[in-house]
Amino acid sequence: MTAPQLFFAYFAVMITVLSLLMITRRNPVHGVLWMLVLFVHIAGLYIFLNAEFLAAIQIIVYAGAILVLFLFVIMLLNLKKEETVKKFQKHWLVGVGTGIIFAVFSVSIVRKIEVFPQLGKYTIEAVKAEGNIMTVGKVLYTKYLLPFEIASVILLVAIIGAVVLAKKRIE
Amino acid sequence: MEMETTISLLDIRPLVPELTMICVGLIVILLDLIVRKKEVVAIVGIAGTLVALYGTYKLYGFYEPQSAFSGMFVLDGYSNFFKLIFYLNIILTICISFKYMAIEKASFGEYYALLMFATTGMMIMASAADLIVLYLGLELMALSTYILAGITRKRQRSNEAALKYFFLGAFSSAFLLYGISLTYGLTGTTNLREIASALQTLDLNGSPIMYLGLIFMIVAFGFKIALAPFHMWAPDVYEGAPTSITAFMSVGPKAAGFAVLGRVLFGAFAGMQVQWASILIPMAVLTMAVGSIIALAQTNIKRMLAYSSIAHAGYMLLGVITGTTGGLMSTVNYLAIYLFMNIGAFAIVIMLRREGFQGENIEDYMGLSKSHPLASALMLIFMFSLAGIPPTAGFIGKFYVFMEVIKAGYVYLAIIAVAFSAISAFFYLRVVMYIYMKDPKEEVVLTRSPSMSIALAVTAMMVLILGIFPSFLLNLVRYSILG
Repeated sequence: MTAPQLFFAYFAVMITVLSLLMITRRNPVHGVLWMLVLFVHIAGLYIFLNAEFLAAIQIIVYAGAILVLFLFVIMLLNLKKEETVKKFQKHWLVGVGTGIIFAVFSVSIVRKIEVFPQLGKYTIEAVKAEGNIMTVGKVLYTKYLLPFEIASVILLVAIIGAVVLAKKRIE
Repeated sequence: MEMETTISLLDIRPLVPELTMICVGLIVILLDLIVRKKEVVAIVGIAGTLVALYGTYKLYGFYEPQSAFSGMFVLDGYSNFFKLIFYLNIILTICISFKYMAIEKASFGEYYALLMFATTGMMIMASAADLIVLYLGLELMALSTYILAGITRKRQRSNEAALKYFFLGAFSSAFLLYGISLTYGLTGTTNLREIASALQTLDLNGSPIMYLGLIFMIVAFGFKIALAPFHMWAPDVYEGAPTSITAFMSVGPKAAGFAVLGRVLFGAFAGMQVQWASILIPMAVLTMAVGSIIALAQTNIKRMLAYSSIAHAGYMLLGVITGTTGGLMSTVNYLAIYLFMNIGAFAIVIMLRREGFQGENIEDYMGLSKSHPLASALMLIFMFSLAGIPPTAGFIGKFYVFMEVIKAGYVYLAIIAVAFSAISAFFYLRVVMYIYMKDPKEEVVLTRSPSMSIALAVTAMMVLILGIFPSFLLNLVRYSILG
């Protein structure tokens, strides 16, 4: 195995293991902490793909903001009961079965992947020459301006929704 | 190699209707603070939609499809016709929700604003020429409808509906994104037209990975359209959401789902018709079966109409399966007819709701004809139309879909569809039987309002007119799609 393969193998295996650890913990706080480690590993994969900007965002937004939010909710809800309740319902076997079928299906397809030629104009060299953030910023404000603006409307709807569902006085 | 993308102010022109909807939505929220009478707020919403409709009408004149924002957004007859459906959907929904939301004590500006944002999302979906814009439009629509489903937050059913819709919707979004990422990985682009040419030049039409990506996308669209086996959410959400929102959801997101399904399959994956038909045919048969058969056992009219809307999605899907322009036109035609008959039926359901009385059981309709002959006659028309009995519009819709299916060589599919259509007639006619042939159990008082009368008059007239003179709508559809 070459160094990049080893690097990828480590992160791939760790991501799978950490995901399993996350959903099997009895204590929700433990689950969230495993998720933190999981997010860091996903950021590692982004670096592997030369997307250091995305890796930084992954750490700042997911590991920082979203995770703290999770912990806040757990603390507010005081989930003592959660620890005594059985974690998985009876039909977890169905889920595992579906997962295995899907995995076999995916692996059989992935084996058929050929290496395609480099597509698009953003080759590794092109991105390196300009810098990651510069490239993302340029594309975001030119070609992807419309999606960027639609995303802002989605955020607006989310804020309105939070206010309507949580705050609005209904007699 | 570097091609600069330039964006000018002119790019905004095709987006004027969407921008109008968003601006009026924001005005509606602000008006809610100063205006006490919520009817005024709702009327501003309707007026804003009419302005957007005028904008779309003005832009309709262009024969050549126009694209804006470096090919992300396309304005053509196809998208314009769908926008027409969305406008009618929101206007009729606002008309039937005036009084109803007041009874539910949830009539406030945000309700109307969210309806407008959801409609904007649908319009963006219909015009999306890029998978990223498509996804964002879908999320805008979905997020607004999640909130609307749970807007009567004192009712537990409503909360449950919103949460269920949200979780399953988020799940289906993940499928869509996975499908998009596989497509992007293989073709190097998210633009639908470029995907189509990449599939040709890179010879990807037979690629199993592309097939997998396509399956993922169809799963996500199938969820929004409520195709079996991704229909599980529909009955619970339709039952739990406020009835006006149920009417809105059963037409709008379904039409938007079909708009993107048609756009993606015909625009980007036209070369893979054999593959996607192989996925969609079993789904269509299962959808018709689940919708028609499970509806027989329902006692709640909203649940019954939910299964009915699942069955109708199955018939509509048949037109897409053919892979011909004629088939697509028959689906679009069916959607427009379905808008009128379905909202009409829900309008009657809403009229039965009054302070302290839900009126959601089919038994509540017993002997309605004795006390309310006009409302009963209207319900008769809508039920006949949903069952597909001539001379109503529902018959025309089904007729053209089945004809196109036979033309494309899928005779067995048409036979299956007719069989399920016959089964489904049973539960529609059961409602009619309860209305006309049973004695009333208790006095039913209908909640009336002028806007409700307008909505009922429009829907009933359209169901009859389109049933007797179908050529008007058919010509409009043909003009829109073929140019």
